[in-house]
Amino acid sequence: MTDRLSQSFPADRAALVAFVTAGDPTPADTGAILDALVEGGADVIELGMPFTDPMADGPSIQEADIRSLAAGTKTADIFNMAREFRQRHPDTPLVLMGYANPMTIRGSDWFANACVDAGVDAVICVDIPVEEDESLGDALRAKDVAVIRLATPTTDAERLPQILNNASGFLYYVSVAGITGQQQAAQASIEEAVTRLKAGTDLPVAVGFGVRTPEQAADIAKVADGVVVGSAIVEIVGEHGKDAAPYVRDYVKSLSDAIRTAREI
Amino acid sequence: MNDTPNSFRNQPDDRGHFGEFGGRYVAETLMPLILDLEKHYRAAQADPAFEEEFNDLLQNYVGRPSPLYYAESLTEEVRKDAPEGKGAQIWFKRDELNHTGAHKINNCIGQILLAMRMGKTRIIAETGAGQHGVATATVCARFGLPCTIFMGATDVARQKPNLFRMKLLGAEVVPVTSGAATLKDAMNEALRDWVANVHDTFYIIGTAAGPHPYPELVRDFQSVIGKEARAQMLERVGRLPDMLVAAIGGGSNAIGLFHPFLDDPDVKMLGIEAAGHGLDKEHAASLAGGGPGILHGNKTYLLQDEDGQITEAHSISAGLDYPGIGPEHSWLKESGRVDYDSATDKEALDAFQLLCRTEGIIPALEPSHAIAAVTREAVKMDRDKIILANLCGRGDKDIFTVAEALGTEI
Ligand SMILES: Cc1ncc(COP(=O)(O)O)c(C=O)c1O
Repeated sequence: MTDRLSQSFPADRAALVAFVTAGDPTPADTGAILDALVEGGADVIELGMPFTDPMADGPSIQEADIRSLAAGTKTADIFNMAREFRQRHPDTPLVLMGYANPMTIRGSDWFANACVDAGVDAVICVDIPVEEDESLGDALRAKDVAVIRLATPTTDAERLPQILNNASGFLYYVSVAGITGQQQAAQASIEEAVTRLKAGTDLPVAVGFGVRTPEQAADIAKVADGVVVGSAIVEIVGEHGKDAAPYVRDYVKSLSDAIRTAREI
Repeated sequence: MNDTPNSFRNQPDDRGHFGEFGGRYVAETLMPLILDLEKHYRAAQADPAFEEEFNDLLQNYVGRPSPLYYAESLTEEVRKDAPEGKGAQIWFKRDELNHTGAHKINNCIGQILLAMRMGKTRIIAETGAGQHGVATATVCARFGLPCTIFMGATDVARQKPNLFRMKLLGAEVVPVTSGAATLKDAMNEALRDWVANVHDTFYIIGTAAGPHPYPELVRDFQSVIGKEARAQMLERVGRLPDMLVAAIGGGSNAIGLFHPFLDDPDVKMLGIEAAGHGLDKEHAASLAGGGPGILHGNKTYLLQDEDGQITEAHSISAGLDYPGIGPEHSWLKESGRVDYDSATDKEALDAFQLLCRTEGIIPALEPSHAIAAVTREAVKMDRDKIILANLCGRGDKDIFTVAEALGTEI
């Protein structure tokens, strides 16, 4: 499983990691939007599990979660989306991202099995830090589902080894202390952080939070192994609803093109 | 149910777990901060100067100790409907007489002292009924720190007097419109603010919930209620009460009363959740109608659906209108040490009026739930038994809500 993920971070350019909220605007629309991400050039897909209380998210993703839940999205629907995606795109890694309660409510083993069953490669849980890893991580690792860790500007040198211990897939650097969809960090601080993180791990380091424009994506692509874009895509879905797929594809392509040429300039 | 532990008072463990509950379910950005908070709290616990300052403020600023009061007239009233020989004595711990009108200030004093020890220069808090918001704004005014209070827009509308009080005290109040725009949503928004301002901001959580060490330190600060009550009872009647009763929103006034008595096996305890329109309808009783889950930094009983989506709570009392409960209560329920029951909006309204009429005390709607349960329990117990209930807030803030519920215009 993890292979699909590691192969998506090529040596010669940064990977594009694209996030959308599952079931936004309705469960029936997500398939086409996921296809648009792949067509646009995303290397890794993060499928957000909507939650009633997305404490780490800014307004864009909060609203997406509300739209999705209002449309009746259930956990079973999300795994169906993943399963169908896997059939259509056997080589594109799919990461589930979300909050602890929907992931653990039926028990961590249930969740890990459902991930395997649906072809999910990795999981990012926003509110399970290493201190509570056993409530989900053990079950996922036992099934070879990667547990992606987050590092943040507040993660100091003393804490970093704890985070890297048992991390797999890639390391997600949350470049600003804050919620999703707000301002972007200064390029210098991102560079400094990536250098520090790469000294501690062989895992690819992907950088996200606040990335919106192809220019920003290209800047990060010069120094990191991956660029994560979320809120900006979710906002396009918010604006165009059921008709969002082509807009999403075009936008993602603009990011992907920028990333692909970033290191040439 | 489980093996009985040697003590019910030695939780949580060093990872902040109360049995399977509690813990530190927060985003990585906040993790270093709550570890730092724990370190500072341990240092404060070991520092006699901290305790001295805390006690001095409780005594001279808050007005502690709060009285222990035998509610003779209410007791007589309840006995009228009781079977022969029944009708326990009803006593109240009068925390509604505290400065700012509720128990919330006890905790705020402790936390602002911690915030200053940590060198934080800005305070945030969530509030439901507005009591915690008022208490936070009060200590911020007292110590000269700017504060921002997050309050659900629904609660802003139904707790107008407290909104104005917070503003008078210099706080910025941010109405939160997400979700049902009540306490849960205010807490989400406070957490979002905190994660973006970790460098200078201290989050004063208003109940015994949230990530470790909050449930522990809020309990410790609120335990002044139970410590005083225990000593006052022994002094006044020479024995401990037979039953303690307290209303539960997140559970801070209840755990503050209960904790010092947990290892007194003859003292029964009853926590009262808000049953809203009824347990089969909309309510806020997470122990009675929910299951274990993870929200707002801790694992605890939550109102939720089968997918782990949080469902909206309902209570006439804004302070109880929360779909979760502090983790220590979840553990105390499962361990069997404390019993939990509930009271509906209507029962609370009845008890509210009963206390006004019999004792000349206007209680807040939150403890009115406890009073409803007290009247139910007292008639079942012998006359020489003692029930001690926590009168954790006064009702000035609630008169508009009560007037509306009773169909009266003011
Ligand atoms: C007077 C009063 N009692 C009780 C509560 C509920 O909180 P807790 O369960 O933490 O005591 C509140 C909350 O606002 C309150 O204002």
